[in-house]
Amino acid sequence: MQKSLHIDPNKCTGCLQCEMACSWENHHSFTIAKSRIKVFSFHEAARFVPYTCTQCDEAWCMMACPTEAIKLDPVTGAKIVLDPTCVGCKVCTIACPFGTINYVASSGKVQKCDLCGGAPACAKACPTGAITFVDADWTGLEKMRQWADKTDTNPATV
Amino acid sequence: MAWTKKVLRVNLTAGTCTTEPLNQQWAQDYLGQRGLATKYLCSEIDPKVDPLAEGNKLIFVTGPLTGTMAATGGRYSVVTKGPLTGAIACSNSGGYFGAELKFAGWDMVIFEGRSAKPVYLLIIDGKAELLDASHLWGKTTWHTEETIKKAHQDPQIRVASIGRAGESGVMYAAIVNDLHRAAGRSGVGAVMGSKNLKAVAVRGTLTDAYQVANPEAFFTAVDAGKAVLAANGVTGVGLPTYGTQVLMNIINELGALPSYNHREAQFEGANAIGGEAMHEKRPTDGKPNLVKNGACFGCTIACGRISRMDPNHFSVKDKPQYHGASGGVEYEAAWALGAANGVSDLEALTYANFLCNEDGYDPISFGATVGAAMELYDLGILTEAEVGLKLTWGSAEALVKLAEWTAVGEGFGKIIGLGSKRLCAKYGRPELSMTVKGQEFPAYDGRGLQGMGLEYATSNRGACHVRGYMVSPEVLGIPVKMEPQATEGKPAMLKAFQDLTAVVDSAGICLFTTFAWGLQDIQPQIQAACEGDWSEERLLLVGERIWNLEREFNLGAGLSKKDDTLPPRLLTEAIKTGPQKGAVCHLDKMLPEYYEVRGWSAEGVPTAATRTRLSL
Repeated sequence: MQKSLHIDPNKCTGCLQCEMACSWENHHSFTIAKSRIKVFSFHEAARFVPYTCTQCDEAWCMMACPTEAIKLDPVTGAKIVLDPTCVGCKVCTIACPFGTINYVASSGKVQKCDLCGGAPACAKACPTGAITFVDADWTGLEKMRQWADKTDTNPATV
Repeated sequence: MAWTKKVLRVNLTAGTCTTEPLNQQWAQDYLGQRGLATKYLCSEIDPKVDPLAEGNKLIFVTGPLTGTMAATGGRYSVVTKGPLTGAIACSNSGGYFGAELKFAGWDMVIFEGRSAKPVYLLIIDGKAELLDASHLWGKTTWHTEETIKKAHQDPQIRVASIGRAGESGVMYAAIVNDLHRAAGRSGVGAVMGSKNLKAVAVRGTLTDAYQVANPEAFFTAVDAGKAVLAANGVTGVGLPTYGTQVLMNIINELGALPSYNHREAQFEGANAIGGEAMHEKRPTDGKPNLVKNGACFGCTIACGRISRMDPNHFSVKDKPQYHGASGGVEYEAAWALGAANGVSDLEALTYANFLCNEDGYDPISFGATVGAAMELYDLGILTEAEVGLKLTWGSAEALVKLAEWTAVGEGFGKIIGLGSKRLCAKYGRPELSMTVKGQEFPAYDGRGLQGMGLEYATSNRGACHVRGYMVSPEVLGIPVKMEPQATEGKPAMLKAFQDLTAVVDSAGICLFTTFAWGLQDIQPQIQAACEGDWSEERLLLVGERIWNLEREFNLGAGLSKKDDTLPPRLLTEAIKTGPQKGAVCHLDKMLPEYYEVRGWSAEGVPTAATRTRLSL
């Protein structure tokens, strides 16, 4: 079974534990500036939205890369940047429609979410369940369950 | 390693920014944040200095757990000599600013002197510079934050700034970061304004500025701590659902919710302004006041209130800029803006709270000062002609106008901006000021809760609920239940709370964790993050050392035993109704014992033996 990150912005409180966890996983530091997942705050709308790579099947970053530095991890489905091959040309950052692959000036390479090899640190760190790592074919399961719960066709129980 | 070991010193008179190494011995003796900055302040200024003079210093400081994955690890403090009190001021704030300062590589920033013209400090990692802020002077904190981010084309810059209240010398002006988080009390924003310093803007991207000493042990301790917070009824359910506003009805029912400038100890409008009311759909537009709860940096509790006002409410009807969501009322703000002066219009409180954030002033001191003014008006001492409006108890219109005037220093707002002590003195009735050491009481009656009465009298920054929260034992039964009217054992319990709080405030985490965490939950996190051996005993000794150093600063500033007292109303006027009927605060029974358990003389001065024991 392939799993994917599932994000429910309604549950996000903007605590940024996910950003710190990502930074720790990849940079051994809590510096959220290095995080591959970003929480956006829409202040006047009272919304916090965690945002990261959705691991497109047809990944434009991968197709755009001139050095084949972005590879598919067959186990997790993640598109992974191979640091030794990446030349930092940033063409992938232009190709990605979502902005979720970014250049890191200090390393001269790009970085993107690699699903932490199958155990995403952001999902583990999220205290509210806003970020979960679930069956890729059933990301809508919880929402379906909630609506199913509201369905009651037996008038006797109303 | 959890310290960046770097201090930024900004001389505003000379316009210079210099880097110096952190005094690591002091970090070992005072941990960080509140304690460490207090040590620096006490070593660098004359305690007798005029708080608004050039000789005062203003310190922004983080703790070793700030900017780590420890739950709530995003706190910073502002430490200075406070203009409201003449005592040491230490105001703690959340939001995202504190962590960003660490990411940029700084444990603290010390401001000294006074700039000739308005400036703001921009810190981008290791680079710090003072920039012209003429275009920001006269503007709100919200405008300032947005303008600075735009000017540097970086939405990820974090900003702490003063609004017009800080510029115009409101004695309880706050420093506001991330739009609605504040270093709120004692007038730290007025000190910033006196230095012509409009804002501190910071962006941190360093990965090697600091590190936790033992990552494996750190994550074990941090994960355990988070589990405790999640499983606890207060931090896991009560605070995220109702915020600190969960307390409004509890304290009211207990008969310890001061109202009408402490004439009463219950408020008939409590239901209308409490946490539950924020969830209820308004009859006017069918929407609740509360939109969502929000967290500060790293916080797994998320008690923050995010509110949206009724766009048809009289206060904002023609002001679309207040129709979006913003920081809603917390318990203290709702009490001060509401119960303290009899106003039960939640929307009016929310608007006044927005203004407190927007122009940077403390809603507790502001609301309580309005309460005192209403009593003066009720007694016929203040008149409509003098104030410019009818200042009757419970008038939402008056509250809203005074909030607008105080924000910009207009009309009678100038007088309200002086605080309750100076207001009541000006009109010849100093005894009506509900203050200790010049600072207004927060939302618990010191007669209804004896331990809180003692806490207010002895707090180093004047009346304050977050220096030794006796509500925990007296109401919530944490760590043990103590009867509200009992005096026995309270001095020793208060000392323990004060010392523990000093540790929490020095670590970089939020005091609200202690609804669930004891020292046994906090110690492993500090131990794993910091170099050295940080046993529980040592931490409590650090807390006690901090408390005594603050006390010595205050003694040096000219405060003494005579200031460890309460207004006569709390000592002699019994509560008239409710469960605590008949109660006055028995400070006389508790204070001598408190001095004794502190190891102070009968005059409230740390003895030579105590000073030696604490290596002061």
